[in-house]
Amino acid sequence: MAENKKNDILIEVRDLKKHFKVGPNAILKAVDGVSFDIRKGETLGLVGESGCGKTTCGRTVMGLYQATDGDVIFDGINVHKLNKKEKKAFARRAQIILQDPYASLNPRMTVGDIIGEGIDIHNLYKGQERTNRIYELLDLVGLNKEHASRFPHEFSGGQRQRIGIARALAIEPDFIVCDEPISALDVSIQAQVVNLLIKLQREFGLTYLFIAHDLSMVKHISDRVGVMYLGNMVELASSDELYNNPNHPYTKALMSAIPIPDPKSKKNKSRIKLEGEVPSPINPKPGCRFASRCRYAKPICNEKTPELKEIEKDHFVACHLF
Amino acid sequence: MEKILEVENLRVSFHTYAGEVQSVRGVSFHLNKGETLAVVGESGCGKTVTSKSLMRLIPEPPGEIKEGSKILFNGKNVLDMSEKELRELRGADISMIFQDPMTSLNPTMKVGKQIAESLIIHRGMNKSEALKESVKMLELVGIPNPAKRARQYPHEFSGGMRQRAMIAIALACNPKILIADEPTTALDVTIQAQIMDLIAELQEKLGTAVILVTHDLGVVADVAHRIQVMYAGTVIERGTTDEIFYDPQHPYTWALLQSVPRLGTGNKAELYSLGGTPPDLIKPPVGCPFAARCEYCMDICKEAVPEVTKITDTHSVSCWLKHPYAPKIELPEALRVGGIE
Repeated sequence: MAENKKNDILIEVRDLKKHFKVGPNAILKAVDGVSFDIRKGETLGLVGESGCGKTTCGRTVMGLYQATDGDVIFDGINVHKLNKKEKKAFARRAQIILQDPYASLNPRMTVGDIIGEGIDIHNLYKGQERTNRIYELLDLVGLNKEHASRFPHEFSGGQRQRIGIARALAIEPDFIVCDEPISALDVSIQAQVVNLLIKLQREFGLTYLFIAHDLSMVKHISDRVGVMYLGNMVELASSDELYNNPNHPYTKALMSAIPIPDPKSKKNKSRIKLEGEVPSPINPKPGCRFASRCRYAKPICNEKTPELKEIEKDHFVACHLF
Repeated sequence: MEKILEVENLRVSFHTYAGEVQSVRGVSFHLNKGETLAVVGESGCGKTVTSKSLMRLIPEPPGEIKEGSKILFNGKNVLDMSEKELRELRGADISMIFQDPMTSLNPTMKVGKQIAESLIIHRGMNKSEALKESVKMLELVGIPNPAKRARQYPHEFSGGMRQRAMIAIALACNPKILIADEPTTALDVTIQAQIMDLIAELQEKLGTAVILVTHDLGVVADVAHRIQVMYAGTVIERGTTDEIFYDPQHPYTWALLQSVPRLGTGNKAELYSLGGTPPDLIKPPVGCPFAARCEYCMDICKEAVPEVTKITDTHSVSCWLKHPYAPKIELPEALRVGGIE
């Protein structure tokens, strides 16, 4: 994809932090100092286990959460320092597709109104033009115009996710955060939705931040992939590089845990076992977050948080081993 | 090999306002001692209903296990058992791990007590013996600090630990059959690997037969001995794991196998996707249930249900393409041996 190779950066995330106060002396550090760029027209995948902060990260980038610290620069504007009017203008350019297609559509609104809501808010089209635009969007995501007058409960999971995608596309955004758009769907339906997202990206030059825990799907759709662990970015590289040559001990374990749908390749593949589970992000200990489960942990790992270093061109790792 | 469970012509329906939903329509299979049988298929294909029926866990009404169905556990028909016999069967001989560890534990009971419950009922232990045993079970499933954990409530456990606790409950009485209904769908990959390893390890240690209900073909490839593929309430193909992965016969199995991205395939290449939706089981089609979505569909497919064709002793398929008069269809290129990474 030639257009994706352009190096102009659409979003710059610098040392982003999002902390939640969960008790008198307890601070949940959901995102704790994450930096990355997203180039125009590319898909950046974000993977990690539940609770690692990937969803919070996506939402903070969108400006749905106010960042505790750090900056998100979207095409030259700082997302967290906008006034009301500027915020509305920004909202037209950045949209989100949510995880649960059963919970993210208002059950009392028709599909047409769900899709048309953004159009109304931003005063894009009126009357017949608005209706035509909604039909066009439905057609684009593989539904038809009869569906506009129906309600969400009349649709299957895959169809609902298409409605969610149509809603996000309605105001012609540049950037879409896809927050686990396929994890609630069946395998065969997942492929349909992923194909649709790729097709739309080609057609409109969209930029995606694709959040998921299904590693093989993320690799398939992403140009680059970032791996998060407990609020930190531990590794960031092009998707082929990351999957073929993972460097961080956590990424290695994560990659080796992907079940491969082929009995033979499986049996001669040795799996790196991770002991224990992700520790709590509430008042995390200093040092590398992964140290407690890492088999290479050295004393320094418990003292100093490693920084994201470029070990090869465009391959970043945060680990004291490098 | 010794058969521990035989299911013959199982038919289960649910009576709803819209009509009778025929969730399971004539499923027959057997389970050997100590093996892992994977049941795969899309949501709504009847895999969960089938496995719940084995323990008579289908609420009746609205559910109904039809006349003529047989579920023989060690030669005895589960469908003829009294409520008392069923209580002895459930948990002691056959037990189940449910999909969602967040909702299938009792939130108001300490975890240790939930494990002890079945030990008291089935193994006649007194309370303190059972609690001691439950600590041992928690240790067996790899929960650190089991004595303390046994006195905690489910909300104090993480997702992976709750699933481990569920496994501890299910295995407490050394059941002969463990039904694992999507045991890892709610979990992360690294935890999923831990849980699947744990089930395999315990299976070896205790000689339990496992029925693994899932839609994750990666997990299936890793642990299953045999696979049966379900579609619209019927089994359309079954065989050993190698047979299903390397010599699949049914177009639906092809579609399933092709729709998962393989780590070797090119980025952003179009994934194979199966169009259409499964048939409405209130009015199931007369012919092959897959006919409407099948790219090789012939006239006969819409008129009559295909017979079961045996490929090998372990491999069978229900598809008209196997009929001697049918055109020979080659396996899609992506699935030929060597085509798989």
